[in-house]
Amino acid sequence: MTADRVIRRTPLRRGVRRRALIGWLFVAPALLMYTVFVLQPLGLTIQYSLYRWNGVGPATWVGLSNYLTVLRDPDLVGSILNSFKLVLFFSIVPVSLALVTASVIHRVATGRLGGLTRTVLFLPQVIPLVAAGIIWGWLLSLPGLINQALTAVGLGGVTRAWLGDFDTALPAVGLIGIWVLLGFCTVLLLAGMTKIDPALYESARLDGANWLREFLSVTLPSLRYEIGVCLTVTVVAALAAFDIVYVSTGGGPGNSTAVPGIQIYILTFLERQVGLASALAVILMLLVLAVILPIQRLNREDRS
Amino acid sequence: MSRAEHYAGAALLLTMMAVTVLPFLSIFTTALHPSGTLPRGIDWPAHPQWGNFVDAVQVANMGVLLRSSTFIVVAVVPVALVLATMAGFAIGLLRIPGARLLLLLFVFGLTLPFEGIITPLYFLEREMGILNTRFAIVLPLIGLFMPFGVFWMRAHFANVPHDISEAARVDGANTWTLFWRIHVPLARPAISSLGVLMAVWSWNQFLLALVLVEDPSRRTMAGALGAFQGHYATDIPLLCAGTMLILLPTLLVYVAFQRHIIAALLQGSVKG
Repeated sequence: MTADRVIRRTPLRRGVRRRALIGWLFVAPALLMYTVFVLQPLGLTIQYSLYRWNGVGPATWVGLSNYLTVLRDPDLVGSILNSFKLVLFFSIVPVSLALVTASVIHRVATGRLGGLTRTVLFLPQVIPLVAAGIIWGWLLSLPGLINQALTAVGLGGVTRAWLGDFDTALPAVGLIGIWVLLGFCTVLLLAGMTKIDPALYESARLDGANWLREFLSVTLPSLRYEIGVCLTVTVVAALAAFDIVYVSTGGGPGNSTAVPGIQIYILTFLERQVGLASALAVILMLLVLAVILPIQRLNREDRS
Repeated sequence: MSRAEHYAGAALLLTMMAVTVLPFLSIFTTALHPSGTLPRGIDWPAHPQWGNFVDAVQVANMGVLLRSSTFIVVAVVPVALVLATMAGFAIGLLRIPGARLLLLLFVFGLTLPFEGIITPLYFLEREMGILNTRFAIVLPLIGLFMPFGVFWMRAHFANVPHDISEAARVDGANTWTLFWRIHVPLARPAISSLGVLMAVWSWNQFLLALVLVEDPSRRTMAGALGAFQGHYATDIPLLCAGTMLILLPTLLVYVAFQRHIIAALLQGSVKG
């Protein structure tokens, strides 16, 4: 044993070690729950994806063939494509509309009307997505509010069961997503706008900027961080959609609104193809990461 | 700003509010029609059937549902708060060795879709023998809340000034006292916002309830609503009445605490 080592074993050093140990004890319970109920299943998903298994009998090692099956099966690839189409409705439309709404509130309604708008528009965000699905399932049905309104304005010819029609079912599901996510994005962007230095607006107005000019040159650049957050939340909501689709269409008609979440559920619990379901789950998780990481990176760079 | 612009803006806002509220109005008027009929979108009935709500209370088994959902929230939120706060404290304030790596491990779970792990979760719980009990929902929810909870609490503790701890240490406080007596009271706003978020997320959790618990009366409110829809999809007025009732607790809590809830959900997403 060298002198160096002896010196390191001073009481102070032992104190530091003791403190580190205590610190780890503070993390241990959280880490345990996270490991058992999140990391372990995550590892198992990857493991299952390499086997053929019906959930009861013995499992057979099949290597990567489940992944090939997913990529060759038009229904499963279709579900992935559907989820990307939903991004347009869950993400692009709400974020754009929310930008307009928030800037209107910010400009014309700072008082009571603004507060009320905030509260009302946020409402769909606190109710269960299942409830949103049920409510809109009724609104979009044949005798529902949407067709009633269309008939009232003389568009009775286009009325249909929107969620039951191959051509309109996916956009109709998208509409539900817009309704749910618009308020959330609006309120978030509005919070960002109130942080913008009013002097920027004053100088823009002195230059004779109109609403659009002011929006493009002051509001939009200052909101890059909040827009990034909105995009992250809404893109995950689209790619990992389950509740709304399950309740409003169940993935149908045909497979026209099936998303990966629905297919994973069907494959595991109805068709007992656990390996295939797991391969699709791994692909879904990788897709979410692939889409989210660039948005996040953009955010970080903006901030620094 | 011109008057015309002001009115145009106000008109836009009123329209958007109408679009948000009309769906609720539609299920409300529909709920008042005679059970088994097929009314139109928004149509005030000649003879409002207020009794539908009474029927729905019985059919939806509201009393049992409320108790079940409340049990799940009460079992999940306090435990998850304590675990997340302790871990956030160790990672953000004690800066234990490996803190960065731990944080990274937790943050990794932030964007994880629940569908990604639901399949093995089912088989794991079957092995553990907790399938179809409320713990089938409670235990994984606690685990699934850890990434966000730890991340949230670490963000709080990382910004607490260091001299507070040093002063207490000089007075001879050990880590446990330091945590409970000094830092938890200081973190109350962050903890209560996190609690609001976790409560809303638990109450509204659907996928776990659907897959892990067969009996709707042992599920969350959202899970029970899904089952209710499955049984009464053909009786639209009753379905609407049941949906309204199941939404009622959420709406009441939202109206009462809306500032708090909006603030929490916003901070939640910005931090995440």
